[in-house]
Amino acid sequence: MSFQRVQEKLNILADAAKYDVSCSSSGSNRTNKNKGLGDASASGICHTYTEDGRCVSLLKILLTNHCIFDCAYCVTRKSNDIKRAAFKVQEVVDLTMNFYRRNYIEGLFLSSGIFKSADYTMERLVAVAKKLRLEENFNGYIHLKSIPGASDELMREAGLYADRLSVNIEIPTEKGLKLLAPDKNRADFIKPMEKVKNEIIQYKSEKKIIRSTPKYAPAGQSTQMIVGASGENDMQIMYTSNYFYKNFNLKRVYYSGYVPISYDTRLPQIGTPVPMLRENRLYQTDWLLRFYGFNIEEILNEQNQSLDLDIDPKLGWALRNMHEFPVDINKADKRMLARIPGLGMKSVFKILNARRYRQLNWDHLKAIGVAFNRAQYFMVCASNQFEKRDLTPEKIKGLILQNSKSKYTSMLSNQLNLFG
Amino acid sequence: METTLVYDGTFDGFLTCVFMAYEMKLKAVSIVKEKHFQEPMFGNWDLVNTEPDKANRVWAGLKKKMSANELQRFYYAFLSEKPTVENTIYQAILYVFQSKNNVASDFGNVHILQLSKLTKNVSREKHRMEAFVRFKLTKDGIYFANIEPDFNVLPLIKRHFEKRYADQKWLIYDLSRKYGIYYNLESVELISLELDRNFDPSKTSTEFFAPIELEFQQLWQDYFKSTNIKSRKNMKLHIQHVPKRYWKYLSEKQ
Repeated sequence: MSFQRVQEKLNILADAAKYDVSCSSSGSNRTNKNKGLGDASASGICHTYTEDGRCVSLLKILLTNHCIFDCAYCVTRKSNDIKRAAFKVQEVVDLTMNFYRRNYIEGLFLSSGIFKSADYTMERLVAVAKKLRLEENFNGYIHLKSIPGASDELMREAGLYADRLSVNIEIPTEKGLKLLAPDKNRADFIKPMEKVKNEIIQYKSEKKIIRSTPKYAPAGQSTQMIVGASGENDMQIMYTSNYFYKNFNLKRVYYSGYVPISYDTRLPQIGTPVPMLRENRLYQTDWLLRFYGFNIEEILNEQNQSLDLDIDPKLGWALRNMHEFPVDINKADKRMLARIPGLGMKSVFKILNARRYRQLNWDHLKAIGVAFNRAQYFMVCASNQFEKRDLTPEKIKGLILQNSKSKYTSMLSNQLNLFG
Repeated sequence: METTLVYDGTFDGFLTCVFMAYEMKLKAVSIVKEKHFQEPMFGNWDLVNTEPDKANRVWAGLKKKMSANELQRFYYAFLSEKPTVENTIYQAILYVFQSKNNVASDFGNVHILQLSKLTKNVSREKHRMEAFVRFKLTKDGIYFANIEPDFNVLPLIKRHFEKRYADQKWLIYDLSRKYGIYYNLESVELISLELDRNFDPSKTSTEFFAPIELEFQQLWQDYFKSTNIKSRKNMKLHIQHVPKRYWKYLSEKQ
């Protein structure tokens, strides 16, 4: 391996891959075999964090940034004048093995620009994973991109070596996609996703009968949407997300605030701030759907098409549904506890355990770590001190904002100014 | 009157103290490590010899009262090495033995809650060490890493590294506690090292490390830089995830 050439390629191809936000290494159950290298950690490990605060868990690179497509939002689009490079299969294998041996990474996340054809590209990605698994006995995490348009046979093979597969739908609506990536259509993204979904189901059911059935993409599938590039509102984004969770059994949908990289007039101009706060609210909503038992229609609907920026979506929901409150901490079921603003699932778990032994009062709840500032307006406990005033939702919101300091305060005033 | 029980600092030693406190029917007990012990002005004190049999009996007794997960919290909390951790655990154990039902998850009890908080601290440190260990290939082919964790987590991370790095010799050394775990391709052993006087744990000198080691560190540093998105810079979040005290042994932060 020639150090200098690999160094140059790594710089170009890691830089090009960084807009893919997924870096998760969790959810796989692959174990070390035959005293080889690696063992997937079910919870995933972030080995370091970049200065933008994002987790670095995998060696995330493109195999090449040569691409035959010209999607406006993408930094490796054909018409962009940038340095191009391509890794050899062996170079990626060597980098992965040596980074892994030093405990820098959990594994490899390999994506690629499309060169020649979808199948030609997918074949190279599969070749890297295959070599790592079969020749190097590597049992760490491998995340491969499913290339839209790749053949079913290649997708099947990919799943045998990879822990996770993903296709980024990137643009939440078909209309946006038409505008920004006229060469692509939604059906091309969906086909490999559908294939992988069906294979996962099939391998799982076969495994129940024949234990030696190999693993197939044990960490499932994920996708990513760009936020703030093509004018969609939060409702459109989250309904699309919900559609993919429901219909393709996705493990994760990622939301990536658009980082302006182009002077294309169809897109936000360079220098426009990345919508990080909006991205954060979308993730909070995603969590409410996956872990807190909310339905998407409760949070976003025709009357509320956008998430509040100044308060979190659960608080927003609570303020619109004051008839559900106050909740009695010592009696309510898990579902309702999880709906109280200021209570996370860990607090809910502790409350459910602790209240078996005694009636809980404010002191217990504070010690457990409930966010009192938000929770106090929505609950009662074993204490005669509770919010007795008949406050309007607006008043409560005002009181909460007054007594809290959001890490987004400065950003919030900026963004609010932007929208007038 | 309070009795102070002094022990050698091992978990078995601590459990032996718990056994003795029960056997001697002591009312008020304080348990301290030998190295932290100062003779009290009032009250009695006693040096307790570690007896694995007695320790095992206490442990087996606890095991009957709770789930495996809950039991594990007692060991994790102990490894925090916090000055009064022995008394927190002792109080929690008393509460568990006094109660008929399983109270190990009664987070309304101040000792149980404190225990679970310590456990959380220790597990976080364990997880961090699984992430922040940076192996460097030595001239004699051993992947070597030095760490200085806040808590004594080597016993907890052993299994993780053993399962993962089965085909390479490796050594993780705790510089502040002066012991390490070494995997010899067969099994993991505890070792202590006489570090060379010229050895600087925050540097990678070719006196000790393989030349190729520097190349991979360079590639890793490059990768770390390339994967950052400048327009999203957020140092506060960065430092929250990678606290500064860990930086000196992270090659990407040099």
